[in-house]
This record gives sequence, C-alpha cells and structure tokens, in this order.
Amino acid sequence: MRYQLGRRAVLAVWAALIVVPLTVVVFGTFKTTAELFESPFSPPGSLTLGNYRAVLDGALGTAFVNSVLVTLASVALTLLLASLAAYACARIPGWVGWVVFGFLVLGMSVPAQANMVPQYVLFDSLGLLDSRLGLVLINVVVTLPVAVFILGGFMRTLPRDLYEASAIDGAGPWRTYRSIVMPLAMPSVAATAIFLFVIHWNELLYPLLFISSPEKRTIPLALLSFQGEYLTDYPLLFSGVVVASAPIVLVYVLLQRHFVAGMTAGAVKG
Amino acid sequence: MSRLRARGRRRASRIHPALYLFPLPALVLYVVFFAVPTLQAVQYSVTDWDGFSPDFANVGIANFRDALTDDDLFRNAATNNLKFMLVVVVLQTAFALLLALLLARNSRGGILLRALFFFPTILSSVSVAFIWKFVYDPNFGLGNRFLGAVGLDGLQSSYLGDDAAAIYWVALSQVWFHVGQMMVLFIAGLQAVPRELYEASAIDGAGRWAQFRHITWPMIAPATTIVVAYTTIQSFRAFDLILGLGGNPPRPSLDILSTRIYATFVNSEYGYAAAESLLFMLLIAAITVAQRQLLGLTRGSV
Repeated sequence: MRYQLGRRAVLAVWAALIVVPLTVVVFGTFKTTAELFESPFSPPGSLTLGNYRAVLDGALGTAFVNSVLVTLASVALTLLLASLAAYACARIPGWVGWVVFGFLVLGMSVPAQANMVPQYVLFDSLGLLDSRLGLVLINVVVTLPVAVFILGGFMRTLPRDLYEASAIDGAGPWRTYRSIVMPLAMPSVAATAIFLFVIHWNELLYPLLFISSPEKRTIPLALLSFQGEYLTDYPLLFSGVVVASAPIVLVYVLLQRHFVAGMTAGAVKG
Repeated sequence: MSRLRARGRRRASRIHPALYLFPLPALVLYVVFFAVPTLQAVQYSVTDWDGFSPDFANVGIANFRDALTDDDLFRNAATNNLKFMLVVVVLQTAFALLLALLLARNSRGGILLRALFFFPTILSSVSVAFIWKFVYDPNFGLGNRFLGAVGLDGLQSSYLGDDAAAIYWVALSQVWFHVGQMMVLFIAGLQAVPRELYEASAIDGAGRWAQFRHITWPMIAPATTIVVAYTTIQSFRAFDLILGLGGNPPRPSLDILSTRIYATFVNSEYGYAAAESLLFMLLIAAITVAQRQLLGLTRGSV
C-alpha cells in the first residue's frame, strides 16, 4: 500500500514537471509579456494569433520552408544510400562486406567537433557554404554511419534462402533490393526514418557553421537568433517553440510507438 | 531435377558483380566529406593556420601543449564539461531507472505516462533551452514562483545568473530533456527479465528490495551500460542547449568543450581548434573505455 502511494506520488511529480512548463509555453503564446509574467498558469484570455503571425511573418516563416525542404531531402537521401550500403554489406560474403560495414559504422564514434574545421574548408572550396544543398549533404554524411548501423542490423536477419530464391527467379541485385529487401525492411526503415527526421529537423551545429544569409536559415538557427533579438519577449519565443515543434509533435502523436523504436534503435543492438 | 536445382543454387549463391556498386555512393560521400576531413584535422592540428593565409607554419605539438597547460579558457571548459557530465550521468541514470521500475508493467495509464515522459526528447534543444530560460528567469520564472508559493522563499535563486551553480542548472534541464529516452531503454531491459525469477524468489520469501538487489539489478546490467555510455556521449553533445541558455558564445561559467572549440574556430584559429577537437575526441574515447572497464561491459550488449 505504501509502495503504491509512493509510486503514484513520484509519477505525478514527474508528469507535472513536464506538463506544467509545456502548458505555460502553449498558453503563453496567446498572451502579452505582461500577462504572462502576471499569471503564467492561467488559460489565455483570448486566442489572439498575434504572436504566431509575428514569428511566421518574420524569420520563422522562411525558416520553416527551408527546414521542411532540407529535412525531407536529407532523410530520403540518407535512407537511400544507407539502405543500399547496408543491404550490400550484409549480402557480400566473407570479410569484404564486414570491412566496408565496419568502416562506415566507425563514423558513429567521431564527435561532430572533431572534423568540422576541415569540413568547413572543404565545403567552402566547393562553393557549398550558405546553401541548402550543402546542408543536405552534410546531414547525409553525418548520419550515414548510424543509419547503416541500424539498417545493417536488420539486413543481417534476412535469410540467405531469400536471396537465392530471388536469384533463381532471375532477379538482379537492384530488383532484389527494390522488390524484396526494402518491403521486408519496412519496419526498420520506418524507425530509421523517424530517427533521422528528429535529428535533421533539430540540427543546429551545421546550419550555424554553414549558413550566413538569413533567408537560408533553418528553424533551430532562426530560433537561436531570436534569443538575441527578443531577449525576454517570452510570448514570441514560445510561439517560435510551438511552430518549431509542431511537425514533430504531430508525427509523434500519430506514430508514437515507432518513435520510441526509432529513437532507441541506435542504442540497442539489432 | 536435383541436378538442375543444384546448378541453380550454385548460380544463386554467386554474388552478382553489380552488388559491389551498391555501397559506392555512400562510401564516396563518407570518404570525401567525413573520413578525409577527420584525418585532415590531425594535419591542421600541428599548424598555426588561421583559415585564410596561404602560408602557415608547422608548429609541432605547440597547440596541444598550449591547450593542456596554458589555456585557461580551455581548461575552464573541460572542468565545466566534466562537472556537467558527472551530474547528468548520475541523475539521469538514477531517475531513468526509477521511472522505468515504476512503469515497467504494461498498464494503459503506464503506457500513456511513458509517452509523456519520452516526449521532451523529440523537441529541439533550442526549444528546450527557451522553456528552461523561463523556468530559470530570476524575476518572473516558474522556479522561483513555485518556491515562493510553497513557502520556500529562502531557496529562491538567480539560477543561471549564479556563476558557481549555472552549469548544474543546465545539467538539470539536460536530464529533463533526455531522461525519458533512457527510461525506455531501461524498460526494454526490465521486460526481458523472466517473470519466473521473481515468482521463485517470492516463494523463498525475498522482499522487494532483495528482489531488486539480487535479480533486477544484475539482469539489467547491460541496459545500464548502454544508458551510461549514451548519456555520457549526450553530455558532450549538449552544445545546442548551452548556446540556447548561455548565449552565443556562452559565458565562461557555461562554456563546455564543444562550445569552446566552436568559439576558437569562429575566432579563425583553425589550427588550434583542430588540436582542441582532437583532445576532445581523445577525452571522450578515454572516458568510454574507462566506463567499459568499470561497468564490466557484458558481451554483446552494445
């Protein structure tokens, strides 16, 4: 009995720690700064959209479009390249497959700061700085290792007979990849896609390094630059937070189970 | 019939040469934009290159020596980073385990709470930073308001304004940010523990604590190893949260290694930044290896 009471108390406190600040944020987007400071917990008096209009007309509107484009392209390209590599590495017999796989996966242990200086110089010399294409490219490169790792874990579970059967039916490797491997790999591809979506949508370091024109900023970068411009205009900052989080929260509510699978797939083997 | 099948099988187990082309796009991008730059970082680290001058000098190990012995900013960032890491690893692992123990069984309410606790993980670090900026606001923030409401005015604080404590307050927001993700890893570990063990021990008269001590704890050792390793790496990636809460560049009391390297780089000290980043990488590698030794990594757990 005492255990049940303690259990409930701990869970209630933790739930409050999450629900209360988030509620204050959402309510705050409909308030003026004075109202927010006066009574942060009270529901908003009116549902005025002034703060949202202000952030969307300002930097965040363009940034939203940029983020959508960059994120979708990055996720799609990473998945394509990683699944091709993971499939081939699982299929190529002997040490060759393992060496290529191990080499690609090795990148997981290199922190972003370790190679950002030469990467910046390289992107500069190729004219890829301050471009959305450059952002897509660096996103793909940086997340390839973990994507290959997660997908490779799945590809190795596919039985060899499957490939043999498809070869007997006359399918080449491309056909096998497209019509057999990828459909079977869908659960692990979906988990990886969500994992990549969260990473790419929230990525800050590379936009910060690479992007100089305000009109090419992505959401996290535009949000960070708010901090300087609107030092304590919390209602405006909160509107930015809500706009930045909306797509990811929407997908989370729809696909909650896959999210958890995706965000932990990299940590647990297989 | 069987001869035909054997022939088919032989042909099938031969690898189509085109398959070797499949990893090529990934490999080319990875080598050109990732592997080579990583090696180049080593090359830069022994120079005084400023990123612009066509000629620069080879300075040997001077950059490394300066970072380790002379550079107060670098040492300050390293100290902050270690404090931050220790607090985050201890608290995040403890809270994640506690929540996982309370939510390991699949009840409907429990599943809902798991989803709620996991939720902050998917937000961007800048968003999380803004939420906590308001909690920590000394005049209007939720933190001091709450303490005032429950009559603990004496505990009210200026939070990030207090240089000695600032890094610990950021550590708390980091725990809030990622504890749900670690909780999920622990739940996966807990659900793999066979029920019979508990039933058998209950017959032997083991209490709740004895069961935890002798069954649960040993059985979730692999999950603990993963959580601690993951949390450590995350604490070195707290870059975004620090910039959001501490400014860009952050105040010295909130500077950690990743932000320090970034500031050095922005300051056009390319050679020196490269040296700092290699030391950073070595430190992470050393801590990871030390943890594996200490926690006695179970085979096949990572």
